[in-house]
Amino acid sequence: MGLQPYLLLSATVFSIGLFGVMTRRNTIGILLGIELMMNAVNINLVAFSRYTAAVSGMIFTVFTICITVTEAALGLAIVILLFRVRRTVMADHLDLLKG
Amino acid sequence: MTGVLTDSALHALLALLLPAFSFLVLAIIAPFRRLGRPAAWFSTTCAAAAFVAAVIAWIHGAEQVARVVWPWLPSGGVTIADVGVLLDAQSSVMLCLVTLVSFLVQFYSLGYLHDEPAPALGRYYAYQSLFAFSMIGLALSPNLLQLFMCWELVGLCSYLLIGYWYQRPSAARAAVKAFWITKAGDVGLLIGIVMLWRLTGTFDLQQLRMMATSAAIPVAGLSIITFAIYMGAMGKSAQFPFHVWLPDAMEGPTPVSALIHAATMVTAGVYLLVRTDWLFALTPNVLAIVAWIGAFTALLAAVLACVQDDIKRVLAYSTVSQLGYMMTAIGAGVAAAGFLHLLTHGLFKALLFLGAGAVIHAVGSNDLPRMGGLARKMPQTALLFVVGTLSLAGIPLFGGFLSKEEILGAVWMGGLPGPFAVLMLVAFLTAFYMFRVVFLAFFGVPAPVVGVAQVHAGHGVGRVVSDPASTAPRVAHAHLHNEAVVEGAHVHEAPHAHEPPATMLLPLWVLALMTMAVGVYTTFGGAATAGFFVGGEHAAAGAEQALPPGWLTPAAVGAGLAGILLAWLTYQTRTISATSLAAAFGPIRFAAIRKFWIDDLFEAIYGFLLLGFARIVGWIDRYIVDGVLNLLSDWTVQAGDELRGIQTGKPQDYVYGVATGVLVLVLLMRLVF
Repeated sequence: MGLQPYLLLSATVFSIGLFGVMTRRNTIGILLGIELMMNAVNINLVAFSRYTAAVSGMIFTVFTICITVTEAALGLAIVILLFRVRRTVMADHLDLLKG
Repeated sequence: MTGVLTDSALHALLALLLPAFSFLVLAIIAPFRRLGRPAAWFSTTCAAAAFVAAVIAWIHGAEQVARVVWPWLPSGGVTIADVGVLLDAQSSVMLCLVTLVSFLVQFYSLGYLHDEPAPALGRYYAYQSLFAFSMIGLALSPNLLQLFMCWELVGLCSYLLIGYWYQRPSAARAAVKAFWITKAGDVGLLIGIVMLWRLTGTFDLQQLRMMATSAAIPVAGLSIITFAIYMGAMGKSAQFPFHVWLPDAMEGPTPVSALIHAATMVTAGVYLLVRTDWLFALTPNVLAIVAWIGAFTALLAAVLACVQDDIKRVLAYSTVSQLGYMMTAIGAGVAAAGFLHLLTHGLFKALLFLGAGAVIHAVGSNDLPRMGGLARKMPQTALLFVVGTLSLAGIPLFGGFLSKEEILGAVWMGGLPGPFAVLMLVAFLTAFYMFRVVFLAFFGVPAPVVGVAQVHAGHGVGRVVSDPASTAPRVAHAHLHNEAVVEGAHVHEAPHAHEPPATMLLPLWVLALMTMAVGVYTTFGGAATAGFFVGGEHAAAGAEQALPPGWLTPAAVGAGLAGILLAWLTYQTRTISATSLAAAFGPIRFAAIRKFWIDDLFEAIYGFLLLGFARIVGWIDRYIVDGVLNLLSDWTVQAGDELRGIQTGKPQDYVYGVATGVLVLVLLMRLVF
């Protein structure tokens, strides 16, 4: 199998993730979208790693997965705190940075 | 160091560095300075030691030129200018005069300023030491650059000492006026020195002299340089139209007036021209200007002196007038005569000023109408003052006789009949206004106080007494009180006037005896003795010239005696009524009381031209320069206000922004590259 199907899959997953990030009002939904985008990147890395027979892509992927897990944990912790303080996790209510 | 450190050079250096040492001690060790009298004694001792060193340097160094210099401004292996001392005939005599007057004035101030608070007294002596150092440095400087540096330093000291009583607005104003007007001339001097350096490549006086005498300096364009140097001398030596600062400078303590504004600093301009007379000899057109302005200044100041009622102002205008004399002699090409008059004038004018200080100290007022009959109460002061006055009037046997004759002879022989006639008239006026002071202050009876209602333009508020019976005593009292603050002296009604203390009398005696000694010596010795004071080569140069006509001496002495006679008839016997005399010269008197509107002219120039220009510049700055910046900043603020709406604060809007941006970038990559 060539490279292209993997890239197509990766692009599709990334687009789904991006769509989720842009449209979900719930912060947890946005986090899920980000996870999807991260995994699309991982697919890309692995695919290219196989394609060019370089191991570094694989190793990078392992790191990315670790970091994604950490990031998800942190993100959820922030969301919980946010809920405690603001009593809401809806993204369009969190506009303290409004100019 | 280059040059041989001979005995004379060593002593000259000592004379230069002792006042500097005294100044540094007083300036740095503040607790010592604040003690007052110990600081004063320390400074006076240093000045005395400097005088002794100066005399030794003069005796040892009269024959040969001593030059000791250190490199000052090295530039690429070449020294542009040196710093050190150059001791020749002129500078060694000048050194003696400066250190002598400086020492006597410091000694005199011990008595004169005894009521001053201690810290102020310490400050006064610190300034005095700095002045002595600067003036000695100026006199001894081997090149024009060091001369200019010391020139500015004496200007600074003059400013500090005029404004010594800086709490009084008039003193502060006078100090600023003196500083700015002399500064206007100094700019000319600096330009002249730098242009001369561009032309010749050296600042060194000896080298310049060698080049000038061997015709190695191109004459084309030299007139501008000499005129620029003369500008500096005009400012410092109070030549018309820069003379306006000197009378105002009398706001300082009287000893300061004696030292700085009569005997030494104001003669710096004359001294500069004497030092560079070989350069001016190359530009006869500038010399003619020097002579005419000098003669005109002499006449103008003499006329102004006739109408002053403030004893110090009479002396101030007299100084301006005598400086005009010296300048005219230099303009006539005989700098030696001007220099001789500088020396004798330094002695007897210091004597007159210190004598006036003794009178002010005793009477508590500067006003001539408030004095009178003082000869009975203070006979020694009166005697010494008369000695100074006779000297100034150019009477034989007194100090100013020969120097005045020399100047008149030089001007006549120099082919300048116009300035000569003016100077003869001035000789008459000088004798008249000085003896007016003598008769008004020391003889006769005190005039009623109503006379105080004279116009005192520029000397604070005009005091006008309408009803003598009721207001005169009060005004007189207020006036007395004011003067007491002014001079820091005892408040005394004239009836209680007494001889000053010994610290003040002693300098007077020394100066009077020296004036007499110089006068007797030169009167009997004639023109040849002038070389003793101004150096052998000048006397030799003078001897080559034809002698002035024989009628000159009787004419000059006659003019002086006529002036004395007129003053005697007017103010002593009152055969000629002072009011009718004033009426005879009505318009001139009227103009002179208003100082010929020269001060007003300066005020007008300042008020209309300078302030008007400043207003225009201010308007441009405020509305055009600032306006552009204000407009830009307003626009920035407005644009920010308009654009803040796109910052919604919602996270997802930013994600949209990022995604759109990436999309645009990708499209651009595909389409363009």
